[in-house]
Amino acid sequence: MEINYFDFDFKPFEEMTREDYEKIGFKSGLEVHQQLLTERKLFCRCPAGHYSDEYNAEILRHMRPTLSELGEYDGTALMEFKTKKEIIYRINYDTVCTYEMDDTPPFMMNEQALDIAIEISMLYGANIVDEVHIARKQYLDGSIPTGFQRTAIVSVGGSLPYKNNRRINLIQMSIEEDSCREVSDIGHKRVYITDRLGMPLIETVTEPEMKTPQEVADVNRIISKTVKSTGKVRTGIGAAREDVNVSVTGGTRIEIKGVPRIELIPKLTYNEAMRQWNLLRLREELKNRGITENTFSAKYDDVTKLMKKSRFQPISDAVANGWKVKCVLLRGFKDLLRWKTQTDTFFSREISDRVRVIACLNVLPNIVHSDSMSESMPSSEWSILRKFMGASENDTMVLVWGDDQDSETGAKEIIIRAKEATIGVPSETRQALDDGTNGFERILPGPERMYPDTDLPPIVITEERFNKIKNNISKPFWDKLTYYNSLNLNEKISEELALSKYTNTFEILVNKVKITPNFAAFILIEFPKRLKKEGLDFSLLSEQEIIAICTLYKSGKLIREGVLEIIRASISNGKYTEDLIPVSCSEDELTNRLKEAKEQLKSTKIINLTAKEKIFMGLIMKNLRGRISGKELHGIVKEIKL
Amino acid sequence: MEEKELYKGYRGKALELLKSFNALVWSDVEVKTATSNFIGIILPRSEQADPNHIVLKMRTGYNIGIRADKIKEITIFGHKEAHYKIPEKEFPYTSGMPRVMLFGTGGTIASRLDYRTGAVIPAFSPGELYGSVPELADICNLETEKLYGVFSENMGPEQWIGTAKAIAREIEKGVDGIVIGHGTDTMHHTAAILSFMIQNSPVPIVMVGSQRSSDRPSSDAALNLIHSVKTAAESDIAEVMVCMFGPTSDVYGLLHRGTRVRKMHSSYRSTFRTIGDIPIAMVNKNMIKPLRNDYKKRRNDRTFKLLPYFDDRVSIVYYYPNMKADIIDTLVDSGYKGIIIAGTGLGHVNKPLYPALKRAKELDVAVYMTVQTLWGYAQMYVYDTGRDLMELGVIPLANMLPEVAYVKLGWALGQTQDLNEVKNIMLTTYAGEMTLREPSNGYLIFQGGIPEVEEFISTIKK
Repeated sequence: MEINYFDFDFKPFEEMTREDYEKIGFKSGLEVHQQLLTERKLFCRCPAGHYSDEYNAEILRHMRPTLSELGEYDGTALMEFKTKKEIIYRINYDTVCTYEMDDTPPFMMNEQALDIAIEISMLYGANIVDEVHIARKQYLDGSIPTGFQRTAIVSVGGSLPYKNNRRINLIQMSIEEDSCREVSDIGHKRVYITDRLGMPLIETVTEPEMKTPQEVADVNRIISKTVKSTGKVRTGIGAAREDVNVSVTGGTRIEIKGVPRIELIPKLTYNEAMRQWNLLRLREELKNRGITENTFSAKYDDVTKLMKKSRFQPISDAVANGWKVKCVLLRGFKDLLRWKTQTDTFFSREISDRVRVIACLNVLPNIVHSDSMSESMPSSEWSILRKFMGASENDTMVLVWGDDQDSETGAKEIIIRAKEATIGVPSETRQALDDGTNGFERILPGPERMYPDTDLPPIVITEERFNKIKNNISKPFWDKLTYYNSLNLNEKISEELALSKYTNTFEILVNKVKITPNFAAFILIEFPKRLKKEGLDFSLLSEQEIIAICTLYKSGKLIREGVLEIIRASISNGKYTEDLIPVSCSEDELTNRLKEAKEQLKSTKIINLTAKEKIFMGLIMKNLRGRISGKELHGIVKEIKL
Repeated sequence: MEEKELYKGYRGKALELLKSFNALVWSDVEVKTATSNFIGIILPRSEQADPNHIVLKMRTGYNIGIRADKIKEITIFGHKEAHYKIPEKEFPYTSGMPRVMLFGTGGTIASRLDYRTGAVIPAFSPGELYGSVPELADICNLETEKLYGVFSENMGPEQWIGTAKAIAREIEKGVDGIVIGHGTDTMHHTAAILSFMIQNSPVPIVMVGSQRSSDRPSSDAALNLIHSVKTAAESDIAEVMVCMFGPTSDVYGLLHRGTRVRKMHSSYRSTFRTIGDIPIAMVNKNMIKPLRNDYKKRRNDRTFKLLPYFDDRVSIVYYYPNMKADIIDTLVDSGYKGIIIAGTGLGHVNKPLYPALKRAKELDVAVYMTVQTLWGYAQMYVYDTGRDLMELGVIPLANMLPEVAYVKLGWALGQTQDLNEVKNIMLTTYAGEMTLREPSNGYLIFQGGIPEVEEFISTIKK
């Protein structure tokens, strides 16, 4: 089908409709990374989840591309090799051992982590593989010191429910080790801290079935809640990260990596769709100008001598530094570096990004071009260059500066990226930026980067293991919500309960102890919040203790207030014991207490008389908390003339 | 093709299933089970893996195993066989550059995956090396010859002699330097024996390997290869050396004397250390920096000695408390001609061994003492035990490393059965295997945790 890309102009984000996205063929899928809550890392016995910027030692490595098992080099691998980075790893003795440093072979995979991954796969109704094969996925950016990530497919397929009986299908789920955190990346030196390295995580990959940016965020939220509801994943900053794949009709599947927050997804996917659409328009424009992959013409030359007296400071500084200036001539590209790609972003950014990443020229501006004459270099200098390069009115010139090698790599990369404009949208992974746009990160790696891990044998998932997990699994998040709904719990508390680790306890309290769903939810969700304000941690109570307390309540040995009081006392005490059970208040005692309180009330100066009853109640309750129902007492107090 | 190849690595139920669908390895297929469909390529299976699963490489590049008895149907679309070839480019010849010969014996310096075992197998040719480490062409004109393709634990007298002869041949042909690719586990044994078999070499003989196989991006193979080739081509050190990482960082390599070096960690990159002395030199991409000046210098003549002898009736006994005499007796009775003891402390064993040692001497078995502390000398005059042992004919070997003593004794016995002559050979230093003195920086094992060590580690990338 012939598409006229000029038929549709991107509207501002807020004005885009579902029909607009349909028109451009918006398609998006997710890769959600979620760290698992384990005691130790995935392939070694380092403690998991200990983060610190402090480090004891540094090591230095380089990465070289290797062949995949199909005997092919991967595109990303070659790109990273071009950049020739020195990679520094910061090592903290407490969080990293010789495994993460790639000086010791892996230990067997953490069984606890694998069980959690299988359990979550089961929630989606996915097919668990019979034998887990550990693969090495090459990452030459240095984010993993081995140069590859150990990763394995745990399940294939599965789905999750989305609005109106729709289901979003999953492609697969893998279990893998987490990578390093980047500290800095300047010039040819990239620094990583290794504390996060080796943490177990799962990657859930959906089919590209989301049709609008909002849907992508919605589905991400469902996935996030599903895993959280197991109580077996980590939470907090960096514990969950997502990559988003976006394409439009005629475009390319582009992966936006490292999206830190779900709220950013709609803006990011919108901008990426726009970028692809506008790059496809650029291709059409080039075609109209007669520039195709075959007729594309460009060249570059050293112009350092000509630029010696440049009045453009970055260039004059570079020349003073002994650096070289290269001029790239793009035939017929006039004005196209000002072609809009994303919100407030132009094609020149695509070029500048490549130069930044591949040639390691990351002080901006790293290029200047003749389409933006007014802002930077005097036109007299452009005239000299135009003459030297033999440029016509229809051509565009781009300058790049750096040391011998980097300026050369930069010039070549400019030509490579400009030529890719004749094809459309190059396969890349792109980096999420805070303003909702994205920047080039690297060439999209293909399946060539995968090869089997020869250090570890495959792991057979026995039927016994499978069944053991299956039999202990709790319901998926969405089924829990439906269930709580049927118990008339309100929406907010239902969701909090479904995400909490008390779903199982809740069912026992309701179905076995037979207390009301509302009271059970109150004890498990609302009361802990109140306790937290008092500095008490509800999670210190075990499930057995909670059940024991509620059973006492159900048998009438405790009043409602008594339940809360004993929970409070048990936490303070360190554990629940029977002598913490409040003795219910006898009639004699009540009479005495009332008398006492009356005396006290007399000697208390009360300004606001309407509060008198409340103060009186407070005086009595001080000694009777949990031993008499507030309602009952209120009834009595009401009858007393104060 | 044989059936074994067609269904590579599969056996039992899995083999039966594949045969029933005529699905050979490398078939591009769709596999159906009761619950789902999988699309991918059937991969060969490791022979040690169980007979119950089929391995499928999915489109995403991931492999998974599917239980054979769950598979209902296999539909075949085609065939895509992988060829694990490093792009081979002819190694360029540059006139005026030194000529270096690289001998391959195996090991992970050049290797690729083996699907039958799921392990890494050695692979090697100048073209492949140039394809993966093009920097080598800036250093020399490289030639390669594959002598053996074995893991280092399978190197032995036959390979040692063969290698020594191959080196001799190349020296005579006028090569400027020799590099030997070798598995790291026994690299120090081979380095030691070559130090004895090739004496007075006019050119550098450099042994090299890798601790991380070259099929991984973080491999030390490329850098080790560059360092060793540079040493062979340019250095003025005409000795047998081991060239491996200095620190674990990609910073520099060390050139260790072949008779003083030992592998000291099962997996670290910086596993090789010079014991009881300092290395000969440091090497990086740009320079070779000698750390001492008492090494043998490169010469233009071709006069050297080839002594390719070895008697393998030699053993090494690592003494432990409560060792019984029958250990020694058994060796003697089995016809061993020489025993190296790695004794405790200054070179000791317990009294119950005395009669056996006496008997060994009477039966003309040569017994020598080294120390299992690795650092330091066998000094048998200090304690009575030592004096008793010498009385029984046990001869101390100063600070010769146990493994070095082992290959040297085999080499000596290969030349003569006269134990006096053997003793003469053993106590003569040919290649720095014993040193007259131990400098105090010859024993530096930093102890982690100590503040000044930690400060050093935190500022210098080790």
